[in-house]
Amino acid sequence: MGTWHDYLKAEGTPPEWPYPIKFGEEKEIETDVLVLGGGIAGCWAAITAARNGAKVTLLEKADVRRSGAGGPGCDHWCNVPANPLSRVDPDEWALQMTEALGMYSNGIGIQIQCRENYDTLLEMEQMGGKIRDTEDEFVGAEGRDEATKLMVSPRYGAKAGYAEHPDWMKPGFNAPETRTNVVLRIWGSTFKPILKKECKKLGVEIYDRVMATSLLNENGKQGNRVVGATGLNVRTGEFLIVKAKAVVMSAGSGGNLWNLDMEHGGHSTMYSRNDSSGSTDMAWRAGAKLTMMERSNPSKIATGLKHKWYTGGGDASYENVSLVDANNKVLPVTTQGWADGGAMFTFMGPIHEKILEGIRTGEYVLPFYGDFAGMKPDEANATWNLMLKEESTTKVMVQSMTEAGFDYTKDQIMNYAYMELQPSEQYRETPRGGGLFTDWNLKTTLDGLYAAGTSLFSPEDHSFAAATGRYAGRKAAAYAKSIEAGAVCRKQIDAEKERVLAPAKRTGGMDWKELHNGVARVMQYYVGGYRSEHLFDLALEEIKRIEENAVPQLYALDPHKLMRCVEDLSILEHAKIAISAMKERRLTSRALGVQRLDYPNADPEDQGNYLLLYQEDGETKFERVPVRFWGNMKEEYEKHNPDYAGVYKPEN
Amino acid sequence: MAEKVYAIPNVQTPNVPVKINPEKCIGCNNCVETCQIDVFIPNPKKGCPPIILHPEECWYCGCCVTDCPTPGAIRFNYPLPLKPRWRTKETGEIHQLN
Repeated sequence: MGTWHDYLKAEGTPPEWPYPIKFGEEKEIETDVLVLGGGIAGCWAAITAARNGAKVTLLEKADVRRSGAGGPGCDHWCNVPANPLSRVDPDEWALQMTEALGMYSNGIGIQIQCRENYDTLLEMEQMGGKIRDTEDEFVGAEGRDEATKLMVSPRYGAKAGYAEHPDWMKPGFNAPETRTNVVLRIWGSTFKPILKKECKKLGVEIYDRVMATSLLNENGKQGNRVVGATGLNVRTGEFLIVKAKAVVMSAGSGGNLWNLDMEHGGHSTMYSRNDSSGSTDMAWRAGAKLTMMERSNPSKIATGLKHKWYTGGGDASYENVSLVDANNKVLPVTTQGWADGGAMFTFMGPIHEKILEGIRTGEYVLPFYGDFAGMKPDEANATWNLMLKEESTTKVMVQSMTEAGFDYTKDQIMNYAYMELQPSEQYRETPRGGGLFTDWNLKTTLDGLYAAGTSLFSPEDHSFAAATGRYAGRKAAAYAKSIEAGAVCRKQIDAEKERVLAPAKRTGGMDWKELHNGVARVMQYYVGGYRSEHLFDLALEEIKRIEENAVPQLYALDPHKLMRCVEDLSILEHAKIAISAMKERRLTSRALGVQRLDYPNADPEDQGNYLLLYQEDGETKFERVPVRFWGNMKEEYEKHNPDYAGVYKPEN
Repeated sequence: MAEKVYAIPNVQTPNVPVKINPEKCIGCNNCVETCQIDVFIPNPKKGCPPIILHPEECWYCGCCVTDCPTPGAIRFNYPLPLKPRWRTKETGEIHQLN
């Protein structure tokens, strides 16, 4: 009951499209601050811009209530050194984090995160989000503070971040008094609906089910100030034209470049299909500068072809859950818990080799299990009923398995990490990868355009998205106050409308899935584990053929399929941008996930640069900016935020 | 009279990411609005359970289930190749989600 064919059988006819069809119709909107993408970053940007007096409009292709990668929930507020239990200084921690992430990271975003994300969290609590164990459900779990009821996460000790520390198996490693306490456990599944409610309360004009498709430049010229955007209603096909004094880009990026075939075992990735290169493509066409576009890594946790993570896929050893073999022998892997200072098991290096060897010799017997039953009950409770219950797509796993009788005090989840084996080089993702280049105001290289969350280069996690969204909203509101609206160009709008609606004018040809799979295949074969000039050229030739032969055939029978078609065009553009950046970077860099067969050595000079690329009059241009271009993080942050007011004070 | 058989292309697989109990579902369409993918469309008949239209795009985030205001109206259904398995440590007995 409930499927399409159930309906057909019962009614004798397929259901009609349930929403009014408005292909070609237009809606015009004027606002001060326009936010594109209503995930975590977008909601925070909208709320903060509204609190700073701006008229705010928000476009979201899903429903803001549960949209985005962080929509279902979040179990950790990472890098929150300003929390009262922290033992580190926010500025020092920001610097440490930036260094720990290697040469390519986002020092501006991390500084903002470390300085402001505790304030952000307190504002979340102010709105009704749960950040403390007020019901005393987790008394006895390590890291729980009775006075504040805050819960420090096992992630991060004093000695190790995510990386394995050589001393982690030695007794006394990561003693309680030496821990940094910079990560808090939170009840993130409560957050998103509350953020939507707050947006509404503040009068943010929300357009749910409207996907942003392009940015509008002043007078229609690429590279000019951004003065608005266009959108497509993904249920009706209506075309929106929004004029704005400032725009915050907070849409998703490259979640689906290398992934194909989401039917195969479910779309078990860290991002839904909605995360389809939108921000990258829109910014590129408008002439904004992007950086780190060459970065990618093999997907570690979820490839789209493996088991849904934590239902047995990927690494079961998060948060103190040991991995054991079929005979309950504990495997020598880090658990990302107190015992190892938070290191993450990487499926690389000597430990991984030892386990593989152990499987071959019979020392370790498959299958392996995540040993909940072997944990202290209080810790198992916190892992199952707080961490997994609040984290993204695992909340429903906890509910389903609990209903089916899984008992975290007695049972162990079967783990497939050493059956699936990983990583598979051709299934890749762009963690901490490419995005918009910004200054200390999170302003992009285009006037009027600000960026937050995943649309930034080298973005981090949920609290990074929240803090940068909040910051970008503040800065965009200030800019909007300082300037008059700019002129949009009808010619640019018409061209965009034509582009977006083209697939809806055809009733046959190639469907969006085939096109997506075709692009993903190009990425997998030519831009996978090994790279060379010759492979890049083959990839670009194939993409050109796809543009010439497949794109003109793309067809959409309804507005939903049209949304997917337009996303495909963004994925295609993103692929071109990424390959162009990779081609320009004639070096091998582990940090960027680039293994070039024709340039096997790291070029020390170019290693020290970010590669920026952008379009000028339709032509691709490159630029190099030294890493650490942001200067002294503490000083620059303070210089740019002399009037920062801290936690929002609601009017009574 | 024999039941009418339609010529239908192969259905998308997997195609039942959730199981809806028509006895309990009140057709409020909360799941339709919650889903970030638009897996569902509302049933043309008011008050009837929604129709699963784009099941193969499901991200398996589960918000439709965890946010459903009517207990038991909608149950999550991991596809066969994704059903979790677990073992009771003491007995060694292996279980799998239905």
